[in-house]
This record gives sequence, C-alpha cells and structure tokens, in this order.
Amino acid sequence: MKPNSFEYVRVDTLNDAIAVLQEHGDDARILAGGQSLIPAMNMRLALPEVLVDVSNIGEMHGITIQDGGLRIGAMSRHAEVMKSSKIAEYAPLITMAMPNIAHGAIRNRGTFGGSLCNADPAAELPACALALGVTFNIQGSDGTRSVAAEDFIDGTYSTCLSDDEILVSVDVPAPEAGAVSFFEELARRKGDYAMAGLAAHGVLKDGQFTDMRLVFFAVDEMAVRASSAEQLICGKPLSEIDIDAVCAALADDITPFEDLTTSSAAKMVMMQVLTRRTLEKFIAEGAVN
Amino acid sequence: MNITITVNGEPMVRSVEPRLSLVDFLRAEGLTGTHAGCEHGVCGACTLQLNGQTVRSCLTFAVQCDGQEVTTIEGANFPDLQEAFIENNALQCGFCTPGMLMTANDLLQENSSPTRDEIREAISSNYCRCTGYQSIVDAVEQVAKQRSEVA
Ligand SMILES: Cc1cc2nc3c(=O)[nH]c(=O)nc-3n(C[C@H](O)[C@H](O)[C@H](O)COP(=O)(O)OP(=O)(O)OC[C@H]3O[C@@H](n4cnc5c(N)ncnc54)[C@H](O)[C@@H]3O)c2cc1C
Ligand code: FES
Ligand code: FES
Repeated sequence: MKPNSFEYVRVDTLNDAIAVLQEHGDDARILAGGQSLIPAMNMRLALPEVLVDVSNIGEMHGITIQDGGLRIGAMSRHAEVMKSSKIAEYAPLITMAMPNIAHGAIRNRGTFGGSLCNADPAAELPACALALGVTFNIQGSDGTRSVAAEDFIDGTYSTCLSDDEILVSVDVPAPEAGAVSFFEELARRKGDYAMAGLAAHGVLKDGQFTDMRLVFFAVDEMAVRASSAEQLICGKPLSEIDIDAVCAALADDITPFEDLTTSSAAKMVMMQVLTRRTLEKFIAEGAVN
Repeated sequence: MNITITVNGEPMVRSVEPRLSLVDFLRAEGLTGTHAGCEHGVCGACTLQLNGQTVRSCLTFAVQCDGQEVTTIEGANFPDLQEAFIENNALQCGFCTPGMLMTANDLLQENSSPTRDEIREAISSNYCRCTGYQSIVDAVEQVAKQRSEVA
C-alpha cells in the first residue's frame, strides 16, 4: 500500500503547470485534492512519474458571480462548495448533492474540479453538471476553450481533456424563473458511492414544466439523461403527469449495469423509486406556487 | 525534498521523499498516535487536523504540507472528550480511537448539540471493529451535554 516513487512539482501559475504537463506527457498527472488519485497510487493502480500540485494556482480558486451566473474554481474544496451561500442561491442542486459526497475529512481536501475530472460513473457532481447545463473552462498549451457539460465526460474515468489541459473553472448559468431542483441517491451507507442516484432540474412556468432533466448516475458508464421519460413530464398540467408511465419509460432510456452489490434489475427499481419521489415533490411544490 | 511542517506547535525541518504520506512521516518521527489502517481513505484511523481541518493523513503526502500546521492526537486539546471515551467504554483495542476522537471533535465544533443520528452520520467516516459504535455515540452525546451545561 505504498505508492511508486515520483517527482513532485508545485506550481503557482497555470502556464507553469501546462509547461510541466507538456514536458512529461502522460507520465505526469495533476494533483488537486488527491482524494481519488492518492488512493489509486497507494494501490498502485496509478503510477504517475510526475505530480503537478495545482493547489496554489489563484485562478483555480474562488466561487464568484460573473455575468449573472456562477463561476466555481476547479480547486474549490468540497467543504467550501457545500457551505457556499452563493451556490445555495444559484445552484441549490449542488448544495443538495454535497453531503452525499464522501465524509467531512475527505470533503476538506477533495475538489470540485477533481471530482469532475475523475469522471467516476457513480460520482454526484458530473450528474449535477449535466442537469444544470454547466460550461467547463479549460486551459492548455493551445490556449483556452470552453466545453459544454455533455461533451466533457466521454466515458468511465475518461474526459475530453488532453494530456496538457487543465480544468480551470466551471460556469453555472443563472437559474431561470421557476427553476426547481431535487437531488437524491440510494447508498449502502452515508458517504459511500451511490447504488443509484438522480439529479433533477426543471423549469416550471404557468403550472407546466417547460424543461426537465432527469440525470441518473451509478447506473451507466457515465451520468445519463432519461430523455423519453423527461418528455412525458413537459408541456402538460401537473395533474396530468402520469408518474407510472414516466417510471416505465426509464427502461427505454437506460439499461443499468450491475455492480458488485446491486443487480441491474435492482438498480432499475431504485431509479423508479427516485423518479417517483422527485416528481411527487416537484408536483406538490408546483401546486403550492 | 526539504519541507517545514509545524507539528503540534513545533516546526520540523526535514528532507523527505515525495511519496511519503503524512501518516508515515509522523510515525517515523515517533508520533505513533496517528494510525495507518486501510491507506485508501476508508477507515478513518489516520484522521488528524491540517490547518485546523480534519483530513486523512494517508491521502496527504508530507510534501503537500510544506509550510502548514498539523495537529495530531498527541497535541490535541479535548480532555473532556477523551475522558468521556474512557468512562463510556468507547474504546477497546484503541486502534480507531485517535481518528474517532478527531472526527468527534470536529463534529462538536460544527454542531454543539448533535442528535444521535447526526453523531452516527459523522462517525460513519470511521471504522471501529470492537465497540459496535453505541458507546462511542454515548460518549459524544455526553460531552455535548456537559459542555452545554458549563456554557
Ligand atoms: C473514502 C472515499 C469516499 C469517497 N466517496 C465519494 C462519493 O461518494 N462521491 C464522489 O463523487 N466522490 C467520492 N470520493 C472521491 C472524492 O470526491 C474526490 O475528492 C474526487 O473524486 C477527486 O477530487 P480530488 O480533488 O481529490 O482529485 P485528485 O484525486 O487530486 O484527482 C483526481 C483525478 O482528476 C485529475 N484532476 C484533478 N483536478 C484536475 C484539474 N483541475 N484539471 C485536470 N485534471 C484534474 C487528476 O489528475 C486525477 O486524475 C471519495 C473518496 C474517498 C477516499
Ligand atoms: S488509513 Fe487513512 S483512512 Fe484508513
Ligand atoms: S476500539 Fe478497536 S477498532 Fe475501535
């Protein structure tokens, strides 16, 4: 349980980090909070030769309001995100998700950007990113680029980042009037990765949903939207939403994988339970407003 | 690499290999109160304070702590919590105890009157293979009550 030897470089600027990454190619890895990378190194599943510690890079820190939306620096620690009043106001979905991520001691180190770049199919934040339609701000040797949420993660533990690119920050669009969010997951123990989870975000206008995103995680190789189920929710009075039909439609969208503890069929039942709870909550809230 | 870490108030200037974890660094210095169990973040035995925040010292390299402050169980200042663990039999073999105390202390700092469920949720980050947790919850609950009576 001891990692391989490696060279450790701490940098103060994005340019310095990119220079090190360029020099070493895929022998180098970015070290953010280390809460996924260090366990993998301790088990020798990851054998980087160079670690680039980016924790001192100013541009990667901070949670700010920009152009009416929210910008979350990639180095923001989970604990900071969980307590942020700006995030609670602009993206309550993320605030709801945070207590489900690991435990306090791990949240004090783990970072928002690290969790997204790690692209674990059972992680909460990639699902929130997809539900909220965030934009990823990336910098590399070819300059900066912005990537839409659905294009950032492209598989299990895989992102669109090239070897010399760094995720700098994430932009969350300002919430529309009538935006509603709900997050819930089923885990064997608080803080464990989920057996199945749902990040839901919709827009309610004049007693109808004009938009609904149901993003499931821990059921497929990455967080996925249930598009045909979503369509059965939008554009009709709340009283006419047929929750049974929505739950039945989930099977058209997703065939859950089975993992060590949970079969595919059990995961589908969990997805239906989560969908039902979410819609009942949204409909009850919508009826009051 | 040369680093300076302040451990329990004492600056230590050392030359370390980058791959040395904080827990192994401390234990090699004779500070064996911090335990290494799973070494992948799950069991909580290695939990200590870095700059006043609880962290897993198995998931932190000593080089990352250059210029920072570490508090281990040897330097901790919560005698009432330790006393309550003894009174309630909240430890048997003691392997989990330093990490458990760090986690319990952190909870009580954030929430001075936690419910039993909140205590359970907080200590769900730390494994104890001996006590069955009940007595640990009792000890933490007792300290919360004692402190509120004093205050
Ligand atoms: C016991 C335990 C339980 C956990 N439970 C959960 C859970 O329930 N849900 C969950 O989501 N997570 C969980 N985690 C993981 C935790 O959330 C991690 O903090 C997170 O996944 C990775 O963030 P990090 O900052 O620690 O990244 P690191 O471990 O430092 O890095 C992870 C990967 O991302 C890359 N990377 C990091 N930052 C950047 C960047 N800015 N640009 C480009 N690449 C980057 C690294 O090179 C590495 O490949 C758990 C961890 C532990 C130890
Ligand atoms: S040894 Fe660090 S959590 Fe188990
Ligand atoms: S007292 Fe033995 S593991 Fe907790």
